[in-house]
Amino acid sequence: MTSATSRPAAKPGAPKPGAEAKTGDGSAPANRPKPAPPSGAPVRVTGAQSLVRSLEAVGCEVVFGIPGGTILPAYDPLLDSTKVRHVLVRHEQGAGHAATGYAQATGKVGVCMATSGPGATNLVTPLADANMDSVPVVAITGQQTRALIGTDAFQEADICGITLPITKHNFLVTDPAEIPRTIAEAFHLASTGRPGPVLVDIPKDVLQETTSFSWPPEIHLPGYRPTTRPHGKQVREAAKLIASARRPVLYVGGGVIKAQAAAELRKLAELTNIPVVTTLMARGAFPDSHPQHLGMPGMHGSVAAVGCLQRSDLIIALGARFDDRVTGKLSSFAPDAQVVHADIDPAEISKNRKADVPIVGDCKEIITELITAVQAEHERGGANGGADLTAWWAQINSWRETFPAGYEWPSDGTLSPQYVIERIGQLVGPDAIYTAGVGQHQMWAAQFVKYEKPMTWINSGGLGTMGFAVPAAMGAKFGMPDKQVWAIDGDGCFQMTNQELATCAIEGAPIKVAVINNGNLGMVRQWQNLFYSERYSNTDLGTHKHRIPDFTLLAEALGCAGLRCETRDQVDTVIKRALEINDRPVVIDFVVGKDAQVWPMVAAGTGNDEIMAARGIRPLFDEDEI
Amino acid sequence: MSTHTLSVLVENKPGVLARVAGLFSRRGFNIESLAVGPTEHPDVSRMTIVVAVDELPLEQVTKQLNKLVNVIKIVELEPSSAVQRELLLVKVRADATVRSQVLETVQLFRAKVVDVSPEALTIEATGTADKIEALRRMLEPYGVREMVQSGMVAIGRGPRSITATAVR
Repeated sequence: MTSATSRPAAKPGAPKPGAEAKTGDGSAPANRPKPAPPSGAPVRVTGAQSLVRSLEAVGCEVVFGIPGGTILPAYDPLLDSTKVRHVLVRHEQGAGHAATGYAQATGKVGVCMATSGPGATNLVTPLADANMDSVPVVAITGQQTRALIGTDAFQEADICGITLPITKHNFLVTDPAEIPRTIAEAFHLASTGRPGPVLVDIPKDVLQETTSFSWPPEIHLPGYRPTTRPHGKQVREAAKLIASARRPVLYVGGGVIKAQAAAELRKLAELTNIPVVTTLMARGAFPDSHPQHLGMPGMHGSVAAVGCLQRSDLIIALGARFDDRVTGKLSSFAPDAQVVHADIDPAEISKNRKADVPIVGDCKEIITELITAVQAEHERGGANGGADLTAWWAQINSWRETFPAGYEWPSDGTLSPQYVIERIGQLVGPDAIYTAGVGQHQMWAAQFVKYEKPMTWINSGGLGTMGFAVPAAMGAKFGMPDKQVWAIDGDGCFQMTNQELATCAIEGAPIKVAVINNGNLGMVRQWQNLFYSERYSNTDLGTHKHRIPDFTLLAEALGCAGLRCETRDQVDTVIKRALEINDRPVVIDFVVGKDAQVWPMVAAGTGNDEIMAARGIRPLFDEDEI
Repeated sequence: MSTHTLSVLVENKPGVLARVAGLFSRRGFNIESLAVGPTEHPDVSRMTIVVAVDELPLEQVTKQLNKLVNVIKIVELEPSSAVQRELLLVKVRADATVRSQVLETVQLFRAKVVDVSPEALTIEATGTADKIEALRRMLEPYGVREMVQSGMVAIGRGPRSITATAVR
């Protein structure tokens, strides 16, 4: 068994432009008509070779995919590529989420590949997922030959039409000469501005046809000009508000991680002494150990984070989008707050909550300029600099002390899922990468693992895709082979995508999977408990009752080590055991109680003022006067 | 709610209309009228889209449209500073007894007769939405056998061109 770390790693870094073309057979006719004459001398290749060379030239190291009829031509030159490694997954959904996990862990573009028809439609969920979470992914799909398009041919699906609303952009390539340019444009679109997924659909005969390849191609996107430099006047306006606010809060979203602006954020926060909340997509953007950090806002956020937003007089939103899971009922969200909204996507600004000071730009540049502008404000304001936040912090600290993050042990003597997740975080540490599926385990992983660094927490935030954890962890491991990668998964989620463990075992990605097995679709069960009179309709998976499947046996069958833990005293031992196994993936079946619930909670459709710290405990912000 | 006219310059590529139309439907905005055609630049098409929305949703429409990679530029044309036109082709019952009255209406509206048969006339008219509507109402009593109407097209008044700066 080979471990991922011992494999010859794909060489990072994009090759020099033009270098590729010179390694060809040299028989290229120089006078072939092309729309934009490239600087590298063109060489004669097939469309498929052009595709693989383009992927190499653009710096792609790993492709997750499955071959099939129409994409077959592309797989032939892929076999010879020394720069692009293909990882053969078990299901195209796994390929898509792996590309997403890879992208989130590395900051590079994740790439997946599938054939036409069902191969392409299996990518729909991961593309929608990447679109909601702004993840740079390029999907390459085969398509029926040009003459057959539109005839309901075998394995034909209009994947461009299907993915229109769930991609940043997509392309149908009808001319092999356009392949290099299209791939360059796809990577450019995916990775710049607000990142997102881009699909490139290539008919089989386009891949087979002879064409010419040269690099770099000329990118022609007249309608695409993302704004990265913020407007100076807006930044100064924001700095004025920041310097004078009495109850400000930094509302930090995933955009700060995408912009790699964690260091700048920390500087701004410490300069201003303003409390920080990090959304589900931004966990890790600001160290959890930092005294100014109040944790996650929103439906399952900490009381301090929710209360802080709710009672603030100034929200400084950085790369966040006022999602309904954060704001609760929009009309009663943060009623006294003015809003500075910084985002690279102008369409996000004032979409849900009207911004008083909109700033369009890259978060790194915005925060950098904000720091300078706030410093200037402080100098103007004299020695103290900024407003006095003592009363504000006293209020926040009283929330923190009264309603700390915590959980109760189940009264029936079963293992506490929160404890398991908390111990994983403590024993594995903040250098590891954690992924999660969707549901209770995801919320607990967001609450009880302490994140200190950006890009160490990868989850499906916007779309809420169950089954995300295992393939995303696989992708992250290929991107960061030297890091521990832990998938914290639920038993429901795990049964959706665990087939990728076979891929992990064979291709050498020794990830760890902690299945928080409560035998139920836990979050749905929690809602049934709270809002449907404890009528548990179709949420019992029978995993406990029948031990079907037996996750340890399933793990062994998939080439992984299978461990089980059912009591509190086994938790540390089993986690340490898992940490010692590095020659294959490890699955731990943590058999936990089914009645544990995620708290605090703002029930869907209610306002944040109605947050419940725990069942029956309502903090009542309206009574706190400062 | 008020009516707004958007001139949208888009890349002349397959599927662009579907992208724009799909955006309106999935974001829940209603299109009152849509017209697409070529411009003086072969790579650029121009859409004139009329929407009935409030000021704030209009801002969202514009921003979301701008996010489409194939959309090059969007300009809102104010009715006071733009020429707005629709085209109407209408087949009206007009036998010998009423033909002269129909023709009188056609002249009043500076419309044109483009086809004649013993029982009917086909009339072509261009103008603002109001004028077209008024003509239709005048012709209705005679019996409208068939009609077809274009979406609105619009162009700003004065020497400035919205394509000149957008397309280089």
